[in-house]
Amino acid sequence: MTAPYLKPGLPAPEPTELDRPYWDGLRAERLLLQRCRACHRFQWGPEWICHRCLDFGLEFAALEPRGIIHSHQRVWHPVHPALKEQGPYIIVLVELPQADHVRLVGNLLGDAMQPLAIGTAVEGVFEHHADGEPPFSLLQWRVRPA
Amino acid sequence: MNARSLKGRAAVAGIGETTYYKRGQSPAAEFKLALEAIVRACADAGLSPRDIDGFASFSNDRSDPSQLAAALGCRELRFANMQWGGGGGGGSAALGNAAAAIATGMAECVVVFRALAQGQFGRFGQGAQTARVSGNAAHTVPYGLLSPAHMFAMKVTRFMHDHGIGQEAFRAIALASYHHAQSNPRAVMYGRPLDAATYDRSRWIVEPFHLYDCCLENDGAAAMVLVAAERARDLPHAPCYLLAAVAGSQYRAGAPVHNTPDYATSSFKTVAPRLYAMAGLGPDDVDVLQSYENFTGGVLMAVVEHGFCTPAEANEYFQFENLIAPGGDLPLNTSGGNLAECYMHGLGLNVEAVRQIRGVSTAQVPRAEVSMVISGPMVTPVSSCIFGSEATL
Repeated sequence: MTAPYLKPGLPAPEPTELDRPYWDGLRAERLLLQRCRACHRFQWGPEWICHRCLDFGLEFAALEPRGIIHSHQRVWHPVHPALKEQGPYIIVLVELPQADHVRLVGNLLGDAMQPLAIGTAVEGVFEHHADGEPPFSLLQWRVRPA
Repeated sequence: MNARSLKGRAAVAGIGETTYYKRGQSPAAEFKLALEAIVRACADAGLSPRDIDGFASFSNDRSDPSQLAAALGCRELRFANMQWGGGGGGGSAALGNAAAAIATGMAECVVVFRALAQGQFGRFGQGAQTARVSGNAAHTVPYGLLSPAHMFAMKVTRFMHDHGIGQEAFRAIALASYHHAQSNPRAVMYGRPLDAATYDRSRWIVEPFHLYDCCLENDGAAAMVLVAAERARDLPHAPCYLLAAVAGSQYRAGAPVHNTPDYATSSFKTVAPRLYAMAGLGPDDVDVLQSYENFTGGVLMAVVEHGFCTPAEANEYFQFENLIAPGGDLPLNTSGGNLAECYMHGLGLNVEAVRQIRGVSTAQVPRAEVSMVISGPMVTPVSSCIFGSEATL
């Protein structure tokens, strides 16, 4: 198992009633996102109601973790004690065309100084934090080989 | 007069500010700062604080209206209003809410205020310091997306990508603010000029924001006293009329975890047309603009979305010479703004807009009759307003 992308010490995600299936899915290396049982469309982040058809019948459906970079940022200034020795790191906003274009926030694995381009195809990597309090997993991204 | 318009119904009769301090350096408690600014605004208006019967603020200001009214001995409290939403998006909305209360007879004399003491309370620019995070933040914070700069950088990057905007446009915005601050003794950056080379050499906070693209964090307070237009004419200063104030955001601007459909926007596309319609004016009529700098990129996007130039024209439009008083086409942030005067969650911009109408800015635009403020780009809801002189009614 490789080391997590960011140094330890950032707040750990704590599941809620609304997003627990998502977090449980990541721990099992599955990407589950919220989908409406009535109109079968995806939405993200999780809501209590389908914003399209206003049905309360929502479920979580599995997806291939593949997407394209919708936007990106390279962060330099640490705003949390855990990041003091981190150096620059990359956050990407990944659009999933196969899930009604919902977007997920994650880190782009690899060299923090790698060139960044909107539209780049990426694939998901499950990053496990077994010693987290509570244990959790994140979904990270890497550039998809051409 | 359109009964469903705020145009000319209320006016700013008084403005007041405390000394502006660096973050954490206020010698006074936040509530005392609020009181000081309000007392000064009332003195400026020629009114007693006891005459205040309403308070309006934004961004969850901690100074409670009932406590303020009690401390100031206000005879009666009629209006206690908070514009929802974080950041500075509610600055101009609070003025609109105050004017609406006055126009509809809910209140007679409303103070709009904002007070901040980040030494007494927490900092905006710091990330969550808790062990755990839940809800929407759980989907961003563990990835190191923590601060306001992180929340907005990807919107700006996408806008730059879509429209070919260069870093030089942001630099011009920062240089204009610092330039204007050099003639403003109230400004925290008074006596600390900025040049292009220093901007270029400054460290990245997060790409595409250099240090000088980011707002200050300050302690202090600002207040503005609003009364009905006819009453304002009997007070010491020539009235500064509110010609329009609107707030809001586009479809699902608040969609969680960066999922708003129109992502690369300052949230003003649906707001700006309503602003101009209420005022009966357009961008060509605006003599001077204060545009909230959380980050320079947000200024550029908001100015574009208020129709001052098209995205394609932005690189040419955002030139230093074009943005400075008195000679630029669009004198911008003439007090030094949030980058170089003070970060009072933007209410200082509204105060400066009033000074321009009064003719007393330290970077005065000659014969400024129409003075506009854009509050809090990229958050939701955002707001903007237009002030005018007697000649604009």
